[in-house]
Amino acid sequence: MSDLVARVRSGEIRAAGRLISLIDRGDPTAEIILPLIYPHTGQAFRMGITGPPGAGKSTLICALAREYLEVGRTVGIVAVDITSPFTGGALLGDRIRMQDLTRDDRVFIRSIGNKGRPGGLSRSVQDSMRVLEAMGKDVVIVETAGVGQTDVDVVDTVDVVVLVTVPEAGDEVQALKAGILEAADIIVLNKVDRPESDGLGSELQELVAGCTNEAGWEVPVIRTVAKTGKGVEELFNSLDAFENWLNEDDRLPARRKLQVEKELKKLVRQGMIDALDHTLAKTDVQDSANRVVAGEVDLYRAVNDLVKGLAVSRKGDATPLPL
Amino acid sequence: LPERKIRVMVAKVGLDGHDRGAKVVARALRDAGMEVIYTGLHQTAEEVVTAAIQEDVDVLGVSSLSGAHMTIFPKIFNKLREHGADDVLVVGGGIVPPDDREALRELGMAEFWGPGTHTGDIISFLQEAVE
Repeated sequence: MSDLVARVRSGEIRAAGRLISLIDRGDPTAEIILPLIYPHTGQAFRMGITGPPGAGKSTLICALAREYLEVGRTVGIVAVDITSPFTGGALLGDRIRMQDLTRDDRVFIRSIGNKGRPGGLSRSVQDSMRVLEAMGKDVVIVETAGVGQTDVDVVDTVDVVVLVTVPEAGDEVQALKAGILEAADIIVLNKVDRPESDGLGSELQELVAGCTNEAGWEVPVIRTVAKTGKGVEELFNSLDAFENWLNEDDRLPARRKLQVEKELKKLVRQGMIDALDHTLAKTDVQDSANRVVAGEVDLYRAVNDLVKGLAVSRKGDATPLPL
Repeated sequence: LPERKIRVMVAKVGLDGHDRGAKVVARALRDAGMEVIYTGLHQTAEEVVTAAIQEDVDVLGVSSLSGAHMTIFPKIFNKLREHGADDVLVVGGGIVPPDDREALRELGMAEFWGPGTHTGDIISFLQEAVE
């Protein structure tokens, strides 16, 4: 077991690949190994790249990775793609756009499907990123699938969030406003060689004009053509500026602390719900339901009684839930 | 434990641009509930093996229609062994004459399918072999 950790630490791709599989399929062994991995994490720059399907996220990541390699920093990538809700199968194709990177042993790429992760996608992604950190990757990037709430959950766990969008995604920008757009630290308008790009560019600029994240960073809009490399250097510089900014005034630890707090609350809440479901005896609920249906008590009274019952059953060490 | 998904890499190696078959198989495997990673065209044996190990796949399927199979497959087996990953199930598809198939089987190729194969046969073979 600790052997696998040592092999990951020495950068062995076979060991890292295997460990990520254990995490991904919720194997109990992973829970034993992860605590041994944690102490070797925290030093990497964690990046989340999100945006609608087809926006060019994979191509952009490939170009960015080359920039990082150029300055001597190694790169780990977790690419999330869409799992079919019907068959549970997935065609994970992000690697196709990153072919060049497979040639370079300073890069590690792993593809995962967005559904069917036993501990949840966000957790699976985070732990996989940690494996890449423990392997010694300096920059660890997650590419989201570009759909749904899980994207928001994933980007909630990284040091920098890059939103990639495209000129034809005008309407989607509207949809993005309330969600992921707010989480973005840097916005990329990709495929600006398309005619519609000017309009959306200014629309986006307007949308985020003077927009700062909670710590005071002004969100830039960067125009790129990932395929030709246009604007990639500017994006790289912007990421660099953001990283430097994060490293000032303890902003990075503050951001990570906030994220962990949020995550902890979420997990504790889930744990409490599971525990409650476990404690709440079926018979009690059925009795109460019968009494409500028979008109003996009203719903709220029944809830109150059940909650009190729960508090008592825990030997008085818990205060009743406030109602 | 939840059901374990079979992970398969479908790859094309070398100067072989014919990927219709590889894509049809990739889709069929996906529809059978597997996680399929497609590498795209023009990969080297080394790249395919590196990718297969990073992705920790159960199965590596290589499509060859160019006649270069007696170069490609031995290279793949060597690279897998170098990485201590010779437990990955290697299968092939495309055009390979019977004599060569026999030779490749001896090197460790688990199965090979030619034109006209039913995707259902590939699926059941893989499901059984990975069990």
